[in-house]
Amino acid sequence: MNDTTSRYRTMIGHRLFWPAAVLFVMLAANTIYRPGFLSIELKDGHLYGTPIDILRLSAPLILVALGMTLVISTGGIDLSVGSLCAISGAIACMYISKQPDQNSLGVVVTALALAMGVSLVLGAWNGVLVAVIGIQPIIATLILMVAGRGLAQLITEGQIITINSEPYRAIGLGHALTLPLAIFIALAAALLVAAFTRRTALGMIIESVGGNAMASRLAGIRSSRVIFLAYVISAACAAVAGFMMTANVSSADGNAAGLWVELDAILAVVIGGTSLAGGRFFLSGTIIGALIIQTLTTTVYAMDISPQTSLLFKAVVVIAVCLIQAPAFRARFSRRRRNVPPPATIADKPKEQVPA
Amino acid sequence: MTTGTLTAGRTRFRLPRKQIPVLATLALLLVMYGIGVSQYTAFSNVQVIFNVFIDNGFLLVVAVGMTFVILTGGIDLSVGSVVAMTAMVSAALLQDGMPAALVLVIALLIGPTLGLLMGCVIHFFEIQPFIVTLAGMFFARGMCTFISGASIPITDGFWTSMSQERIGDPRGNFVSISVLIAFVVVVIAAYTLAYTRLGRNVYAIGGNPQSALLMGLPVGRTRIAVYTISGLCSAIGGILLSFYTLSGAPLIAVGMELDVIAAVVIGGTVLTGGAGYVFGTVLGVLVLGVIQTLITFDGSLNSWWTKIVIGGLLFAFILLQRLIGIRYK
Repeated sequence: MNDTTSRYRTMIGHRLFWPAAVLFVMLAANTIYRPGFLSIELKDGHLYGTPIDILRLSAPLILVALGMTLVISTGGIDLSVGSLCAISGAIACMYISKQPDQNSLGVVVTALALAMGVSLVLGAWNGVLVAVIGIQPIIATLILMVAGRGLAQLITEGQIITINSEPYRAIGLGHALTLPLAIFIALAAALLVAAFTRRTALGMIIESVGGNAMASRLAGIRSSRVIFLAYVISAACAAVAGFMMTANVSSADGNAAGLWVELDAILAVVIGGTSLAGGRFFLSGTIIGALIIQTLTTTVYAMDISPQTSLLFKAVVVIAVCLIQAPAFRARFSRRRRNVPPPATIADKPKEQVPA
Repeated sequence: MTTGTLTAGRTRFRLPRKQIPVLATLALLLVMYGIGVSQYTAFSNVQVIFNVFIDNGFLLVVAVGMTFVILTGGIDLSVGSVVAMTAMVSAALLQDGMPAALVLVIALLIGPTLGLLMGCVIHFFEIQPFIVTLAGMFFARGMCTFISGASIPITDGFWTSMSQERIGDPRGNFVSISVLIAFVVVVIAAYTLAYTRLGRNVYAIGGNPQSALLMGLPVGRTRIAVYTISGLCSAIGGILLSFYTLSGAPLIAVGMELDVIAAVVIGGTVLTGGAGYVFGTVLGVLVLGVIQTLITFDGSLNSWWTKIVIGGLLFAFILLQRLIGIRYK
């Protein structure tokens, strides 16, 4: 008995418990609502099904959120990722659309390299503003968030650029080993980031900079270089996500591509348990967070509710997850549980936000 | 600090130093207006200035509310959605035949209520303002489409008369009632910040919340109050917007929070809190308005240049704040 309670406690206390529980509850609710929800079928050597769709569609968000995790763990924030997605997608599509042979692999690779190069420069710009000039991250990246949208529209000249390039389309819709290619790209990025941060000292350095930049500098870590690096990585992730978003629809729209993805990414990071104040970061939590957001979106679509109304559900989930994770809320909750046996607060509290 | 002797010598320059960002904004505004006048003959018409106010009255009111929040070191991302929700709710209620006065009261209550709730969550549960107001933004935007997926026209007599009433010479130069309402809000806000206890608390908390708490100032109450004020200003902004467009549209004012934050920063308010003036925010909104007017006058420039120019200005002003050494955390 005592053993089970303590095991129950450790499980509840695990940082991934609540995000994973929310994801599980959402999947379960979906399966009850639509019994075919979890079914996967094999067609033409490709796997199809809602779970696969959720994975494929969440790939760009996972990418952006990975970069965002690193930035947030240095104590910063990167609002410009949405604009960067739009810019990278716009440059790639613009270059491809100008070429005579859009299906040539060389053209696509050049386009990707070009767009990636520009994104890295823009990421470096963010990094310089934050790490060298010392501007507050939220405002330093706000500059590129506002101006970047304009730049993306400048590149596409306000038009929606449509391309007809098979290799480029494959980034978003291609398949490998029966699974969508996008999943592998996101997985590769996640493994790469995980390897660099968890198998080398880099992760710990990032966490120490986020915990206390001054103390880490005194301990011999070049804080500003680490912070700079985080913004560049974030820009690179956003660029790849931008390729995916534009490849999904084979067109680049400077206005709509990556709109609000920065907010979703920040949400994914926060849901995953990384504190916005910086310090420890959890890549696995971030990925679960991104999956939660995409599952929510897909659920709402499947229930035939307008996409905009899905924001309503998102608001409720965000507040619920953040409240559950907030130490202040937990303290109140557990105190009440000790005094009054029936703890109905978890269900009630998040909804308190809602009436308006 | 080694500045003991330095500060003694520099005391005279200290006060203007604090106001350099506001003065720079003023200078920029005058320069831009000068460029406009020198390039386009019609620009010197007084009505051009009045039109800037007419077109940006709602933005001004919302930016004033945002100034309160940013002065405490917080941020409110929900303003754009709350503006849209207020306009949407009033349009929907008017369509159902509710009397205008009642609609006005209900619409004006929604924003502050949401602001109050967000402020409470921020204060009592210590969740970042960024995340809480983001949730508020999603909620309000979701409510908009929940009410209606399409825009609702307003045909109510009170609304149309407010929209069409012209103060001044109807054939010459005039302003709309919205501009007067915006001015009243600005004056009340400026008075509150400068001369009331609440205003001084706002500055104190923005300067250093810990010291404010140790001084015995009501940190929690003030923090909740600023989000409520921001909600109220957004609600008033929403009403003004519905006067201006005579409709409620679910996707109106998307991304407005960025314009508002940009206006506040260009107006010289420091994002970490503690320094800034309502007057600066007014100038910031005017700068945005004049940029738009200039681009409209030019005709050959596309709308996206507005965004690029605003981004550039943001950069310039932040750099300026940094150079003149206003404290950043």
